[in-house]
Amino acid sequence: MSEVKDMLLLLVGSSLVSNVVLSQFLGLCPFLGVSRKVKTAAGMGGAVIFVITLASAVAGLIYNYVLVPLDLTYLQTIVFILVIAALVQFVEMFLRKVMPPLYQALGVYLPLITTNCAVLGVAVTNVQKNYGILTGIVNGIGTAVGFTVAIVILAGLRERMEFHDIPEPFRGTPMVLVTAGLMAIAFWGFSGLL
Amino acid sequence: MNTVSERLYNGIVKENPTFVLTLGMCPTLAVTTSAVNGVGMGLTTTAVLALSNLFISLLRKIIPDKVRIPAFIVIVASFVTMVQLLLEAYLPSLNSALGIYIPLIVVNCIILGRAESYAYHNPPVASLFDGLGMGFGFTIALTILGMVRELLGSGKFWGMQVFPSEYAVTIFVLAPGAFFVLAALTAIQNVMKKKLAAKGRDVSKIGSGCASGCAGCPSAAGCGLDQKKAFDQEAGMQFISLDETEEPMVTDLDWEAEEDEHE
Repeated sequence: MSEVKDMLLLLVGSSLVSNVVLSQFLGLCPFLGVSRKVKTAAGMGGAVIFVITLASAVAGLIYNYVLVPLDLTYLQTIVFILVIAALVQFVEMFLRKVMPPLYQALGVYLPLITTNCAVLGVAVTNVQKNYGILTGIVNGIGTAVGFTVAIVILAGLRERMEFHDIPEPFRGTPMVLVTAGLMAIAFWGFSGLL
Repeated sequence: MNTVSERLYNGIVKENPTFVLTLGMCPTLAVTTSAVNGVGMGLTTTAVLALSNLFISLLRKIIPDKVRIPAFIVIVASFVTMVQLLLEAYLPSLNSALGIYIPLIVVNCIILGRAESYAYHNPPVASLFDGLGMGFGFTIALTILGMVRELLGSGKFWGMQVFPSEYAVTIFVLAPGAFFVLAALTAIQNVMKKKLAAKGRDVSKIGSGCASGCAGCPSAAGCGLDQKKAFDQEAGMQFISLDETEEPMVTDLDWEAEEDEHE
């Protein structure tokens, strides 16, 4: 039972307490760029959950069964980024052939995710914290869910903000950043959870 | 030697990656809790940027056009690994302070952006200095942001206590403070942009990076969005642009126009 409890705690920790965008600043570009509408934000979130879960599984397998036995762990950065880039291409082709509706929904966001630092960040964190493969996947899911929660909330706030009278210099991006800062304060409150 | 100084000036002032282009925001916000961390991250990135620019430029005639992005990534990742191992060996304290953000230099869009837009089309010496200029511009920006956050957040200037920490606004060294500092920075950028536009200067590059979304990103071509577009059109599928699915946001240009009407 304690293992299940640990996993749940890790899930809460990686999604809410140390939120990937609001406390680790990973994946800021899509967070700011693709958060104008709740619909597109949710699409991006879905694609990120999909890719991070797959990438943390594949990166974990390769690290534990290829790099560690061959004593090549110093190559982890190169291997991880190539695996992620290849994986995203592969997933895109697979979805295009097999599941066109899902491809229509997530397709646009997939190439943008290759350079999303959250994906590489999860892979590197899993190695640095010595997570096993399963723990790594749980950490990946938690991180991606945290990203989705943050980007959807921000998009909701931005939709409302369109109609507000904001001081001139703060219109556009600055106001979005202030909003993100206030959200970060709110998420700071979760640190009492664990 | 003219190109050398021109490239350095371009990177540090004219197209400063942080203050003008707003590129590479993830490390900018994450490591600027103190001036020293800012300098460390800036110089680490500079080393990777200059060396990868130099090598990409040297190899530009050998790298086939179709696989250039993976080739760039491998070159950049190799230098990041080298720099990471060197830091672990010689500067372990800096290495532990910057932590996960060192391997993440690979996905810093400044580096891929410079490779794609400059080093791949220009001779080695100019590319090397382009990398150095951009790197120094990034370092200076991170140092300034680090100094501001350190002073406001913990009352210290380069680690020296300037005023008692009871008077410091701790939130500036925490995560939310990073967003507020960047918000102030982009607000200043908006004002500057408006002033420069009134003088008739070209302002298209100001704030064109991460903050304005992927469509306006200078490294959009680098992340594969362009290839995808071409590929989709070839396959007879409609490319769903992010712009088409979104309504235009109220940008500063809109309020400029509004103001003109009032005048």
